[in-house]
Amino acid sequence: MTAFGKLIRTTAFRLTLVYLFLFALFAASLLGYFAWNTRRMITEQITETVNAELSELDQQYSRGGIRGLVFAIENRAMRPGANLYLLTTPQGQAVAGNIGSLQPGVMNNTGWANTVYHRLDENDSKKHFALVRVTQLSGGFRLLIGRDLEERQRLFSIVAKAAQWSVAIVLLLGLGGGIFVARRVLHRIDAMTGTTQRIMGGDLSERLPVGRSGDELDRLAENLNAMLDRIEALMAGLQEVSDNIAHDLKTPLTRLRNRAEEALADAGNEMEYRAALERTIEESDGLIRTFNALLMIARAESGQARDNMVDFDTATVARDIQELYEPLAEDNGLALEVATEPAVIRGNRELISQALANLVENAIKYGKPTQPAPDVKPSVLIEARRDAEGVKLSVTDHGDGIPEADRQRATERFVRLEASRTLPGSGLGLSLASAVAVLHGGELRLDDAHPGVRATLAMPGRDVEQAGA
Amino acid sequence: MVTMNNPEPTPSQMRLLIIEDDRESAEYLAKAFREVGHVAELAGDGEEGLALAQSGDYDVLVVDRMLPKRDGLSVIGTLREKGDTTPALILSALGQVDDRIKGLRAGGDDYLPKPYSFAELLARVEVLSRRRGGPSEETSYRVGDLELDRLSHQVRRGATEITLQPREFRLLEYLMKHAGQVVTRTMLLENVWDYHFDPQTNVIDVHISRLRSKIDKGQERPLLHTIRGAGYMVRDGLR
Repeated sequence: MTAFGKLIRTTAFRLTLVYLFLFALFAASLLGYFAWNTRRMITEQITETVNAELSELDQQYSRGGIRGLVFAIENRAMRPGANLYLLTTPQGQAVAGNIGSLQPGVMNNTGWANTVYHRLDENDSKKHFALVRVTQLSGGFRLLIGRDLEERQRLFSIVAKAAQWSVAIVLLLGLGGGIFVARRVLHRIDAMTGTTQRIMGGDLSERLPVGRSGDELDRLAENLNAMLDRIEALMAGLQEVSDNIAHDLKTPLTRLRNRAEEALADAGNEMEYRAALERTIEESDGLIRTFNALLMIARAESGQARDNMVDFDTATVARDIQELYEPLAEDNGLALEVATEPAVIRGNRELISQALANLVENAIKYGKPTQPAPDVKPSVLIEARRDAEGVKLSVTDHGDGIPEADRQRATERFVRLEASRTLPGSGLGLSLASAVAVLHGGELRLDDAHPGVRATLAMPGRDVEQAGA
Repeated sequence: MVTMNNPEPTPSQMRLLIIEDDRESAEYLAKAFREVGHVAELAGDGEEGLALAQSGDYDVLVVDRMLPKRDGLSVIGTLREKGDTTPALILSALGQVDDRIKGLRAGGDDYLPKPYSFAELLARVEVLSRRRGGPSEETSYRVGDLELDRLSHQVRRGATEITLQPREFRLLEYLMKHAGQVVTRTMLLENVWDYHFDPQTNVIDVHISRLRSKIDKGQERPLLHTIRGAGYMVRDGLR
């Protein structure tokens, strides 16, 4: 497409054309109305003058007879810029006046008429137009009084010329303005298109140019930029997740492969093969668990699990989880305690249990202080509480805690804080707990328990009356 | 190939129908089942599976959730409508983890999301097959000299009475109900605790070791065995 072709296809240019047409139409009709009205006024004026003169001359005729009339006519015809006069005998012979020739037959009818005429003192062949009135006087004489129409015609031509010029100027300026505006818009759109193409080409860091005028294009550019920021953040998140998946799955997969290879090379007897294979199965189970955790998170995040929501008391869940994990905590030298009050929630019992279990597993893993106080058994407390804010399921340990700076990062997928790198786990526990809390309209909070961590699933609760309904 | 320590005596042979459209995994399953002594037949789509299930006499059906021609749930639903109660285990693909309840509602007896381990599948299928044979709701179980009375909630090993916590009792009850069969950790979590998730830690193992210390400690013949890579089994006899 040529540059011009592109230009005339722009919306701005097309709009200009439409406006231009409308404006020209408007100007033309305004001038037309003006011309028509002026013409009407001039005609009225002529009619009045002619009628006034007629009544004056009629009086002269009644007072001074035909002689007085002739005298008055001759007198009036002499004046500069005089009107047109002609007095004829009943036979049609001119007696007085300033008209040399007339369109034939004009004098035969009384009343108003438009006619072509020549003055007595004019010899040119130029046609003159006049509006005349013919009257029959008593005694058969006929009197014609009229006025030249040149003035009216001249005015008309002035208006017509003005109309031509103004339309021409309007068209010229409008077209020029349209092209200017269209080019400006086109320039900005081209810039945007260029940026978009670069973004599509893979450079997500590009941003659309935003002007200072704050017009609709700037607003559009701002919104698109905000969208790009969001996409970039999501992409970065995705990138990090896939990097982490690659890392966290690659390590056990490599281990798996190495073990198999080792067994193939070194194992001498069936027992050794068997042991290697069993380790392989254990490793695979770990991988499957990681996959399942990822799926769980995806399920919680997609909101699919909303279908299975029922009312239940989280206090029961807290006690069940305590019972399930108490022996494990005991084995790890921790006392796992539980304190509950009725805290009904509408939700997915399975997911809430899993989220709480993850928090407890974390507390058991990290809840032991590196320098324990003598003769005090470190404890982990599971609580189910109901307050004005809603339901709070929390797990409090008194371990070394999470440094303030790491707390936000701790809930991200696959993030395993430096201190925990050596312990087993998928690094998905807290992100699942967080996803579950969000699914239930709440959030996962990590607070300092002085010392230790309090992890809380804070979610909107359900009133007992409401629950019964 | 997965090999299992097949406990003595070998569990009775099962006839299985595997309805799975992915040929490779279907053949892998069939081969694995045959290697542990079962008979496995294959169907590649829902219609074929339904026809085979209706004509043949199978102990357990292993049905993939997504099948060409006829959905896995519809196969089971149709069988149930016709009064066929052959136990069915539903396999579900990635992303359909949430369909467990739907699967069980449609008439499935157990549900296993992919990816699964063969040991897990085998253990579940064997439990399903056993469920079918004979009345399992006995009032007491006995393995070796270990006796569990479901009515009085009493457990004895020989002449010694053993005191168990309520949950330990249910754990032992489930293990003894399926004596001679491998019971996986997730099966225990599902049936004893009613949880359907994978704990990331060895939480079940600790419960088992507590139970073991109560019933096997100081005994010459241990009854509660760990099957590596699979789970646990209560059985009379040395490994």
